[in-house]
Parts: sequence; C-alpha cells; structure tokens
Amino acid sequence: MRFAVIVFPGSNCDADCYHVVKEVIGQEVDYVWHREQKFSQKYDCVILPGGFSYGDYLRTGAIARFSPIMEEVINYAHQGGLVLGICNGFQILTEAGLLPGSLVRNKELKFVCKDVYLKVENNRTPFTIDYAPGQVIKVPVAHGEGAYVCDPDTLERLKENNQIVFRYSTAGGEASPECNFNGSVDNIAGIINEKGNVLGMMPHPERCAEAVLGNDQGKYVFTSIVKWLKGGQVRGK
Amino acid sequence: MENNRTEKPWIELGLTDSEYERIKEILGREPNQVELGMFSVMWSEHCSYKNSRPVLKTFPTEGPQVLQGPGENAGVVDIGDGLAIAFKVESHNHPSAIEPYQGAATGVGGIVRDVFTMGARPIALLNSLRFGSLSSPRSRYLFSGVVSGIAGYGNCIGIPTVGGEVYFHPSYEGNPIVNAMCVGLLEHKDLAKGVASGVGNPVMVVGAKTGRDGICGASFASEELNDASEEKRPAVQVGDPFMEKLLMEACLELIKTGYVVGMQDMGAAGITSSSCEMATKGNTGIEIDVALVPRREEGMTPYEIMLSESQERMLVVPVKGKEAEVERIFSKWGLDAVVVGHVTADGMLRVKEGDKVVAEVPAKALTEMCPVYHREAKMPEKLPEIQNCDLKSLSEPSNYQKVFLDLLSRPNIASKEWVYEQYDHMVGVNTVVRPGADAAVLRIKGTNKGIALTIDCNSRYVYLDPYTGGKVAVSEAARNLVCTGAKPLGLTNCINFGNPEKPEIFWQFKEAVRGMSDACRALNTPVTGGNVSFYNETKGEAVFPTPTVGMVGLIEDLSKVCTLGFKNQDDYILLLGENSDELGGSEFLAMYHGLEAGMPPKLDLEKEKALQNCTLELIGRGLINSAHDISEGGLSVALAECCLAGRLGAQIKLESPIRPSALLFGETQSRIIISISREMLEQVREVAQKYGVPISKLGVVQGKSLVINGNDFTINLSLSEIEARYKGAIPCLMKG
Repeated sequence: MRFAVIVFPGSNCDADCYHVVKEVIGQEVDYVWHREQKFSQKYDCVILPGGFSYGDYLRTGAIARFSPIMEEVINYAHQGGLVLGICNGFQILTEAGLLPGSLVRNKELKFVCKDVYLKVENNRTPFTIDYAPGQVIKVPVAHGEGAYVCDPDTLERLKENNQIVFRYSTAGGEASPECNFNGSVDNIAGIINEKGNVLGMMPHPERCAEAVLGNDQGKYVFTSIVKWLKGGQVRGK
Repeated sequence: MENNRTEKPWIELGLTDSEYERIKEILGREPNQVELGMFSVMWSEHCSYKNSRPVLKTFPTEGPQVLQGPGENAGVVDIGDGLAIAFKVESHNHPSAIEPYQGAATGVGGIVRDVFTMGARPIALLNSLRFGSLSSPRSRYLFSGVVSGIAGYGNCIGIPTVGGEVYFHPSYEGNPIVNAMCVGLLEHKDLAKGVASGVGNPVMVVGAKTGRDGICGASFASEELNDASEEKRPAVQVGDPFMEKLLMEACLELIKTGYVVGMQDMGAAGITSSSCEMATKGNTGIEIDVALVPRREEGMTPYEIMLSESQERMLVVPVKGKEAEVERIFSKWGLDAVVVGHVTADGMLRVKEGDKVVAEVPAKALTEMCPVYHREAKMPEKLPEIQNCDLKSLSEPSNYQKVFLDLLSRPNIASKEWVYEQYDHMVGVNTVVRPGADAAVLRIKGTNKGIALTIDCNSRYVYLDPYTGGKVAVSEAARNLVCTGAKPLGLTNCINFGNPEKPEIFWQFKEAVRGMSDACRALNTPVTGGNVSFYNETKGEAVFPTPTVGMVGLIEDLSKVCTLGFKNQDDYILLLGENSDELGGSEFLAMYHGLEAGMPPKLDLEKEKALQNCTLELIGRGLINSAHDISEGGLSVALAECCLAGRLGAQIKLESPIRPSALLFGETQSRIIISISREMLEQVREVAQKYGVPISKLGVVQGKSLVINGNDFTINLSLSEIEARYKGAIPCLMKG
C-alpha cells in the first residue's frame, strides 16, 4: 500500500504519521507538499496530519483548505479514496466541506494534552475494522480547538447513518458528560462521511502506536486501513 | 536629568562614563549615535557577561563527551552512533514580568533558534518558572500568562514540552523567573557554528522582516525593574511561532546541503550581535548595507535596523556562489533570504546605508574588548543569624496526617498537571516518560537509546547557603536522571540573581558557582553553556538566588528505563541512603513554622556519587522495579508520589530515633526510594554494599492506601484522598 502525508506550512505531526506508516506498519509513504496540484503517484490513503497549518491564524484549517493540493484531495475523496484527517487534519476536512460540522475552542478555553478514552462506536469503517465493536481505547489528545459542533439536523443524520466513529468515554465505555473534556456535541471525537471513506478525528492515534511509548492501541487505525484495502473483514458482528 | 539626556546620551543607554571613555579610546574618536547604540547593547550584562565572566570561567567545561562547550549558541554532547545532543537554557524574566504571554513565548522562540542554529533538530523543550504567591492576583495573572505563552509557541512549532518545574515564593512577586530550555538531536557531521569565515563570502539575512519591536531589549534585561518598567513594554518582542516553524524547517534543510559556513540567531541585539559575534569567532570583519535588509515598516533608521530585536530572523554566511540555492530553499518556505553584505578581512563591522558608512567599529571592540568587572563579594550580614536559627527545639506538630495533606497541597509540591496539560508533550512520538516524573525520557529513533532530561533548582537552599545550594542543584538534577537509568552527560545553567553590583548578591553568585562547579567535577557533568540573568530585583529587593540546572543523560538500553511508580503488589520498598534530622530550608519548615532558616540539607559528594552509581547498576541489571528521588516534602511526599504514579498503595514502617517531623518531611539529600521484587533482595543488598550505600527496608507495596506507621504517629490515607489534594491544589488556587 502507498500512503500520502500532506505537508502544509505549519503541519507538525506529518513526520509522526510518516514514521508510523513506514516504520510501524511497514507501508510505503510519501510526503506531499501543499503546493503540488496533482498527486504524482497513485495513493491508497491520504493523511492530513495534525499541527498548526498557516499558524491557524485566521481560524483552524481555514487557510490550509485553499492550498493547491486540497483540490486534488477533494477529487480523490469524491472518487472514493481513503482520507484520514487527524486533529488539524480534521479541522481542515470540515473547512473543505468533506466532513460536516466544525471544531471550535475547548470549553475551558485552554489547550489540553492528555490521554483520553474513546469508545469505538462504529468498527465497520476502513479505519476501524481492527477494533472490536464498542471497544474502548486510550488515545492522546492535544488541541485547543477540538470541540465538535454541528446543527441538530446534522447530528441526527450523523447518528442515523452511524457516522459517529469515536466518542469520548470513561474507561468502561460510558460517554458521560464528565469525560467530554472539550465540550463536543454528543461527546463526538471522530466522524466519517456518509460514503464512509473520509474520517476526521481529534485524538492522535499515531501517538500511541508503539509499545515503547507505553500504548499501541492507536496502531489499529493504520492496520485497519491496510486490512480494509486488502479486502479484510470486520471484527465481531 | 534633562542635561544628562542631552549631554550624556550614553547614560540613558545604560553605559557608564568610564565605559564611554573606553569606547572613545578604542575608536580614537567620539562614537556616532548608531555606534553608541551598538556598544550599549553589546556591552550590556545580558550580551557581554561583563560582571560574571571571571566567575563563570571556573566552571568545569571539558570531558570526552563534550563536542561543543560554552561560547556557541548551544552546548553539544555525544551520545554515540554518530549522534549528538545540543541543548541550552535561557532566561526571559524581564519581558515576562511586563508582558507574560509574549515574554514567555519569545523566550521559547529564542532558545529553539539557538538549538537549530547548531544544526540540530529540536526534539524537546523544558522550562523552569517561578512566581510570587498564588494568593496574589498579579502572580496568578503572570503564571497563567506565562504558561499560555509557552504553550502557544511550543505547541505551534511542534516541539514537545516534556518537563519543567514551577515554584512560588514571595521574592518572585515583582520579578518572575522564566527559563526555557531546548534540546535538539543532530548528526555529528551537521554540527554548525556561528562563525563568519572565508573573506568574500556573502552575509544573508533570512526569515522574518525587521520591524521596530524590541529595540534595546538587551539593555532593558540588564537593569532592575521598577514602576517605570511598564513603559518598557515596547522593548518586549512579539513572537510568531508559525514563522519560527518555517524558519526552522528552512534552516535545517539548508544545513543538510553543506553550503553553510556559519549561522547565528538574531536574538538579543539583533543584527548587531549576530554580525559582530560571527566576525569575532571567524577572526574576520563584516560589511553590511542596512538598506538591503527586508523591513516591515518604512522609514526605519540604521539605528533601528541594527538594534531591532524582531524575532524569527537569522544571519547566515553561505559559501560564495550558493546564494541562489539559499534563496530557493527559503522561498519554498515562503521566507526572505537576502544578501546584505559580505565577509571582509579587516576585522571591522562596517554598516552602510547605500553608499554611506553609518557605523564602523572593530568587531572585537563590541565583543572581546568589553570591560570586565571583578565585583566585590561579601556575605550578607544577617545570613549567619538566619543559618544559626535553632531548629532543634521547635515544637512537633500534633497531627502528622494533617501536615502531610497540607504539604501535598502546597503549590511547590502539588502536581503541576494544570501546567503540563496545556503543553503538547507528545508531538514527535518520542516521549517515553512524560512530565510529572523525576525526569522526562525520549527515545532516539533508529537506536535502542534514550535520553533523560531535567531542569531543577531549590532556590531556598541557595538563599540559605549558596555553596551547598549550588551543590544540591547539580546533584539533584543528576539524581533525577539517574532514577530513570540515565548516565548524566552534561549541563546547561541559567543563573538568575539580583544586582551583581551589590557585594551580597555577588557573594551569592560566586558561592553558588563554586558549589555547582564542585558537584560538576565530582559527578562528571561538565557545563556546556548557559545564561546569566542579573538585576532580578524589584524596588531594590532581589529574588531568591536561582541557579537553574538543565541536564541531559543517556540511557544506553531503553528497554531498561525506570520510572517512579510502584509496579507490583507485595514488592519490597527500600531506601537507598540515610535519613537524618535536618529541617533547614524545608518546605515543611516554611509552611508549618513559617521559617525560612537554618542550613540547607548537607550534601556529601562522595556519598552522592556512590548512590548514583549504585542506582545506575541496579537499573542497568534490571534488579529494581521503580526509583524515585526524595526532594521537597521529604520521605512521606516521595512515597505518595510513588503510590500515585503506580496507582498502588504502600504499608510503611518507620523505626527511627529521628523526630517524626524530620523523618517524614525533612529534605535530607542523597536518598532514593526503590521497589523490588522480593526475590531480588539479596542481590540488591549486595550491590548497595559494594558501593557502600546504606540500604534499609521501608515496607511493601500493598492495597490502595498509603499507611505510614512510626513510633508515635500514623498516616493512613486512601490514594483517592491523597490524589484529590495533590492534583486539586493548583486548579483550586487558580480559580482565585
């Protein structure tokens, strides 16, 4: 498989995603500079990494979405290509209209970096088939503007179509208000588009993909992609 | 005063009459306004170290592991495999006192540039912060502003902030301490230096455009704070972390090409300092045309351009003929890279505006010819009385459990989670041990190695006895590293003291450096660089003397890394080192008795070295399951930290003739708590005996409570009660 990691000026998790794809799950990976207009290769998955693209100066992700490469990413997504947006990548995906809703400042108005628990609400996606249904995983977050918001109709649609992939939960898997540290609507930590090929998530699976860092539960987002591309099956029912 | 302004402009700029005479002597004429401005910043304490240089020379700076000692942008130590670590700490105290967010943010920006200038990719940030009491609204404002500023800058550039320390004491009320440390990784072959060599090579300004911000910041940093300091707000620079990220990537890309002869950050004193320092090191001269410098504003004078401290700029000397290559790389990152001059053979720093020469001084006149002062040192008159305070006859508390809980909620001891949760401490996917431990540990990708990092200082000890305090600061930093299994390699320091023109302050400084130097020699941790920040005074009152120590250690086999938390039920808990009856300088004494007196805990360097070597062998051989240094709050607090980190309780039995307050809360040095599997006991004892380190059994890991029983006291608390106090204290105080 061949992955692309898009590099915007100010991306800072690009090297981390590259490292995990190449060294941890052993797949091919290229950096793609934001000024490119076209992919020079055929890619099996495109990652929009975390960071502060363009300093996040206007609004998170708002400038990055006008980068030349984004037109290609949007076309790629419309053709069914797999796109994973992590943190700032998620923010860019909502700005680009590939995912509904928006990410606003955390409810305490502070940047938060810590481990949180996520409940895998939908494991029938290309990004989660290596998780069991309802599995609870520990993944780090690191963001100042990660509160997911959307209008009530959108929320209804997200629920109906099973588009909510990750929710902030307790270790026991309860999506309680206490663990909704950033104030997201309905504890939403990650969503997928209707077609099921574009995932955006605020937590950082690439930061917990190796035992040496004390936790490898995030690795399975990446192994899921490979498995799905190879035609793999969903775990459980 | 008006007369002074017109007749003696140098006074206004912080130069003395005799310094002005010396400038005239060097030049053989009166300096013009631009030249005078350049001298005033370069001869400020901040840039010249004119008061501290003779004392700093006494630091040991050599060792086989040192690839670059003091004098460059950052020190560099070898970690094998052709890799090295560049690291340095720097102060940004005065700007942070006036504008906490930008002051702290630009402090981070400056130290990051110092590290990538060496050809190293920054992989970690640490910081050491000190404020007045949190009961004061101003301290809360400064504390929260500084933390936000560090977070805002560090998080954006994508360098994890993995460790640090925060202390609160009334002496820092008007003058907080903000020290930022950066650590970078490089290949030996990429080691770059701030030198301008090769006559005819171009001199380029790269990065951000030059504006009017931060003019004379270095001079501002070299005076005491007072009511008028607020007016110096324009001397505080404004940071742009996005620009810094681009500049960092472009510079690292440029260094990889091999076309860089020399490179230097434009920190304090901007173009002036970078050009004259690079020329001095290269034994050359530099000629620049300020009209070519990209500017943010119109109508800037040569004076303003030469002295601006606009952030995110570098001076680069590339190989002649490679200018276009430099421009190509910087333009990819959307940055300016402009040739503004060239290296000359005549040793002069010549500044032109178009064809007109606006300043012309020997480069070394600004650097090496700065006067050096041998200041008078005198022990403060009242100190002996404070040191001799009778602590033996103090009353004992009636309720040790209450005192223990109160200590856990002291901001100096309580968890700093409120702080480090605001810092991205994981970006880079190298953070193996996160903030909140003795030291942070990062893996080195592509090897089995790791590095351990810490920054540390107990300034109350230094105040009570600077020599011992200096020794403790170095020893404790090394002990922190050793507890993770890392062998200490070297240190950088940031000396934050009051006005060195006062003999009492200078005595503190000399004594602290003497103590640090002795410890450095004993523990083989040479000083590879650092920073001196004097004039940390408000209205004549100095801060506690604060010689912060940042240290780097190497873990050869990362699979052996050790952490502080208890690991398994029923493990034995042991003490390496010896308890003793010492309360001087302790947090307990300050909290319960309201005393900051007595002598700080003694430190025997031979014993310390034996303890550290013993612990390294125990960890290296995989004989122990956890290790934690005993520091502020003493044995009881350290035990609580081991319990909380491991989410396991402990049953402790303390049998000792020492009075309970000293036994539980005294801060005797050279002690480490370890936990071991029961079957390892004999082997562990043998190792301790081999090193002559006292070892005794404290108890066992058990349950979900911490129980400490002594002859006439009991502490019995659930971990959840302990955690509530330990973690809840600072968030609660910050709500005002």
